[in-house]
Amino acid sequence: MIIDAIFSPEFLNATLRATTPILFAALASAIASKSGVVNMALEGIMLFTALFGVIFSAAFQSAWLGLLATMAAGGFIGFFLAFFVLRLKTDEILAAIAINLIANGATILILLAVSGDRGISTSIHSIIIPMITLPLIKDIPFLGKALSNQNILTYISLIMVAVVHIFLYRTPLGLQIRAVGENKDAAESVGISSTKIRYISLTISGVLASMGGYFLSGGYMTKFTTGMSAGRGFIALAASAMGGNTPIGSFLVSLLFGAAQALSNILQLGKWSYELVQMLPYATTLTGLGIYSYIRMKKRQRLTGR
Amino acid sequence: MGDKVLQMNNIMKIYPNGVVAVEDVTFELEKGEIHALLGENGAGKSTLMKVLFGIETPEQGEIILNGCKADIKSPQEAIKMGIGMVHQHFMLVPSLTVAENIVLGVEPIKSSLFIDEEKAFKLSKEIAEIYNFDIDVTERVEELPVGLKQKVEILKALYRGADILILDEPTAVLTPQETEELFVQLKKLKEKGHTIIFISHKLDEIKEICDRATIMRNGRSKGTFFVKDISTAEMSRLMVGRDVVVTFDKKPVELKETVLKVRNLCITGFTGIKRVDDLSFDVKAGEIFGIAGVEGNGQGHLAEVLTGLSNKYKGEITIFDRDVKKHNIRELRDLGMAHIPEDRMTFGCAKNMNIMDNMFTNQYHKPEYSGKVLLKNKKIESRVNDLIKEYLVKCKSYKQNVGMLSGGNIQKVVVAREFSTDPKIIIANQPTRGIDVGAASFIRQRIIEFRDAGCAIILISADLNEVLELSDRLAVIYKGKFSGVFNDVKNLTEAELGKYMLGIKRDDRLEGIIYEQ
Amino acid sequence: MNSNTKLNILRIVLSVLIALLISFGIIFITSEEPVKAIIQLLTGPLQSQRRFGNVIEAMIPLIFTGVGVSIMFAANEINLAGEGAFHIGGLIATYFALNTVLPPVISPIAAIVAAGLFGMLVTGVPAVMKIKTESDVLVSSLMMNYLILYFSNYVLNNMLRDPKAGAVVSYAVPDITKFSTIFPGTRIHVGLFIALAVAVVGYVFLYKTKIGYEIRITGENRDFARYSGINTVKITLISQLVGGFIFGVGGGVELLGMYNRFTWTSLLGYGWDAIIITTLAKKNPIYVPLAAFFLAYLRTGASIMSRSTDVATEIVTITQGIIILLIVAEQFLSKYKHKIISREAKATLIEKEGE
Repeated sequence: MIIDAIFSPEFLNATLRATTPILFAALASAIASKSGVVNMALEGIMLFTALFGVIFSAAFQSAWLGLLATMAAGGFIGFFLAFFVLRLKTDEILAAIAINLIANGATILILLAVSGDRGISTSIHSIIIPMITLPLIKDIPFLGKALSNQNILTYISLIMVAVVHIFLYRTPLGLQIRAVGENKDAAESVGISSTKIRYISLTISGVLASMGGYFLSGGYMTKFTTGMSAGRGFIALAASAMGGNTPIGSFLVSLLFGAAQALSNILQLGKWSYELVQMLPYATTLTGLGIYSYIRMKKRQRLTGR
Repeated sequence: MGDKVLQMNNIMKIYPNGVVAVEDVTFELEKGEIHALLGENGAGKSTLMKVLFGIETPEQGEIILNGCKADIKSPQEAIKMGIGMVHQHFMLVPSLTVAENIVLGVEPIKSSLFIDEEKAFKLSKEIAEIYNFDIDVTERVEELPVGLKQKVEILKALYRGADILILDEPTAVLTPQETEELFVQLKKLKEKGHTIIFISHKLDEIKEICDRATIMRNGRSKGTFFVKDISTAEMSRLMVGRDVVVTFDKKPVELKETVLKVRNLCITGFTGIKRVDDLSFDVKAGEIFGIAGVEGNGQGHLAEVLTGLSNKYKGEITIFDRDVKKHNIRELRDLGMAHIPEDRMTFGCAKNMNIMDNMFTNQYHKPEYSGKVLLKNKKIESRVNDLIKEYLVKCKSYKQNVGMLSGGNIQKVVVAREFSTDPKIIIANQPTRGIDVGAASFIRQRIIEFRDAGCAIILISADLNEVLELSDRLAVIYKGKFSGVFNDVKNLTEAELGKYMLGIKRDDRLEGIIYEQ
Repeated sequence: MNSNTKLNILRIVLSVLIALLISFGIIFITSEEPVKAIIQLLTGPLQSQRRFGNVIEAMIPLIFTGVGVSIMFAANEINLAGEGAFHIGGLIATYFALNTVLPPVISPIAAIVAAGLFGMLVTGVPAVMKIKTESDVLVSSLMMNYLILYFSNYVLNNMLRDPKAGAVVSYAVPDITKFSTIFPGTRIHVGLFIALAVAVVGYVFLYKTKIGYEIRITGENRDFARYSGINTVKITLISQLVGGFIFGVGGGVELLGMYNRFTWTSLLGYGWDAIIITTLAKKNPIYVPLAAFFLAYLRTGASIMSRSTDVATEIVTITQGIIILLIVAEQFLSKYKHKIISREAKATLIEKEGE
């Protein structure tokens, strides 16, 4: 019965939905990592922007304006991180931990101030991004049901895979980001400022992560609840690392984790224990990370003979 | 040839740690020549070029380019003025193509958003063709062999309009065939009117390709010569001499048992090149066995395997008849091995910890300094204070962070630590490099004392003073092999030694290198 | 006191002051009665014995986690699974208490030892994964925390849950296993002594034992440690296991000292608090109680403030975040540091010339 459930178009549909926030965050992680900085603040950024999304969309009474404002906020947080890491030379992990901590507290404070409630944003009349059905695609058997009828942001996330790929591999800025991440000295020797490049990549990283956060409270769920990022920011780090920090690789691995998430949702309805099933995405990430790292280690040992 | 394209007058450069790298050097370059800049490591040639390329600012002196005074504050400015530098360690991005590496920072653009890949390929191909470089600009740099990677570096400089090209030890990483190819390219560049500064210490190559040579030693210029008018022996004499002869009091050597035996040692780097090529030698207690050689001829790899830091080697190494491969570093040290590392900051100390912590990493586990669990801190403290006094370490107290000390004092801490375990075999790798004269002299004195007391010492050094004065026996290492062994060091002249170090002379008989069969 | 220490203390004090000022600013902006709020925040804990007791109670778990992280980070390995280790510590202590019958005094001690052992497992997994597969400890340790949380919820719901209780909580823990209160009128329990002992033992471990020395050298410069003959792989693993043990014990002590039942259905955040504490304490266990006291005081003050004014307790997490950001910023006060360094360098040069 479960096998049937997995191979159904509904499961694929649910997988795509669950993948969306992880994918945005994984793309964010990939860009930052490509420039040589680990962005561990994704978790905090997603939490912040999940809240901001709800607030901004309500304030503007428009989902799209809300999204734009949220993206600006996400970019600002990315810039803020860059400032502390690049200018004040704060350790990138600790700075990220600080931002995540602040996010935990500040989101509750702001939620309380704006909605009067500590746990959930029901009283804020946020506007969510709509779902749409794709006209021609929906009629394709099996795949049609899976691909059509998704939130617009899900489609945007898929498009972003292509956009980020083109950005990184076809534009001058993308080339310079990759150069700085791979060999900072080489880049600086031709006059590229690695600091400037990293500021840019971290800001873009923040913008991408914010789109994932926005989706969390305005598509995946319809409200903001405290702590709703639930470790996705960290899963995204693993996803992009395992995907070689490339957009396509990150997409494939994010899909894997999205499937684990969707699977856990299905299994909960069955006789499987709710809590054990919730472990699934994290167990998948952990195992996947272990296998990936092991393969990479063996390859390195073969090449260098150590 | 004819016009002076570059004139550097009275350049002086002092590094923040007080070392005078370049002292009142005047250097001039004529258009269209290939000019060698010769000297040992530490002679000042790299520093002089760093000044020219804007990486370093000189304390004194002026630079005149094509008749106009030039103030070169950064590599970007140097590039704008037509100076290009090809570094010893390539500045390339591995996953990018040749074309992308060449146009990095000045990428051609189409539709105002995207890189014009076609144009990038076209422009790179053009520049390669103009200079007759046979290279596929669409290949990724990481796939290229070293020789081609270097060509990409040269093309990068040419693309940005370099008239003067500085090549820093360009053949250090090339195979003989690649070296020949490089020389062909350089001649063609010369025909096109480019001027080349060729930094090297390889005399045969300089004889082959260069028009003139400037020889530097200890931060000073020893003169500029037409290469065809000077012999390699003469070049070697100017490069490799001692300005100050320092003598030490040494008792006659008293040999005891054989401590170290090395047989047919081979170390292959992962690029496939043999770093150490079939070395065999013995060292007995009570002698200083010196290994002289220009850096990069295999000494570093040799030191690594002798001290247990690496076990990637073929052949046999035994200390007191124990196979070194079967013992970890702690066990080797407990056998009596001490190691003064070449890179004291990476391997020799923890710069953010205090002197006491740094001085005890090799003996804290011994019963006199710790019980089953606890360290006997009082005992350690007093011993550290004794050592600080004994080794004249200039510091505020044992609580001071090692990173705050001068280079010489840091080295004294290293030496104090290594020598205080009463070692039976000491491997000293460039023990006095980069430190002040006083500390250097002190350390050498200590080395002699240990030798007198019956310790076996392997002294690897590029410093002639050191190696000629301290060694009882001396071997010269060149390209991974011993090119000669001297049992009568007292009567060995620097000129002679220099020839062996630079590969001009070689003696494969190697008498006396092995004691036991 | 050398100038480096002076600089560090200055940096800590300044960071704390700036963070507090910013927090006060936020309070002023968001509150109707800011002055009252700030006064409550700063002096609330001093207003009654019970309130000050709250500070000490809150301090206890913070000491455990602060010491645990100090030892783990001393080896320079960023293993964040302490959070999960703490959580499982509480769970195991509960399970142990409910399923064993041991005499008094022995019962709670055995319970927290069991808690510690499981905590060791939790931080051990990422550490071993790093050794065997070279996988990044950061991500694997974070995943462990979530795994432990949901596993713990499973155990709670299916094995320990008291059907008669209204909420999702375990059966009541027998008194025999609990840590009794020391000072009447407060909830301060015997665990305080254990915590302080752990801080002292932690300090001795790190600074007075062979292994602690090896851990510190490995953390400072791994190459140097290896060159000296230290088995860096073994030593790093030991540091992670010891840290995990302490975290587990901390969880057990917290549960058995402050709770009647196991009620933790989400991660408590002590792992992140530990990082602030170790940053303030400069990774030295002996300073951890001080830093823990400071944080506990702030937290309690915030809680009192939130009960009597309109400012929420979460303001304090913002303060904490800002403190971390500033303390770890190398360039913060860097110009001042530069002055000190060049002054000292000049002094050394002058001495040298005098030779």
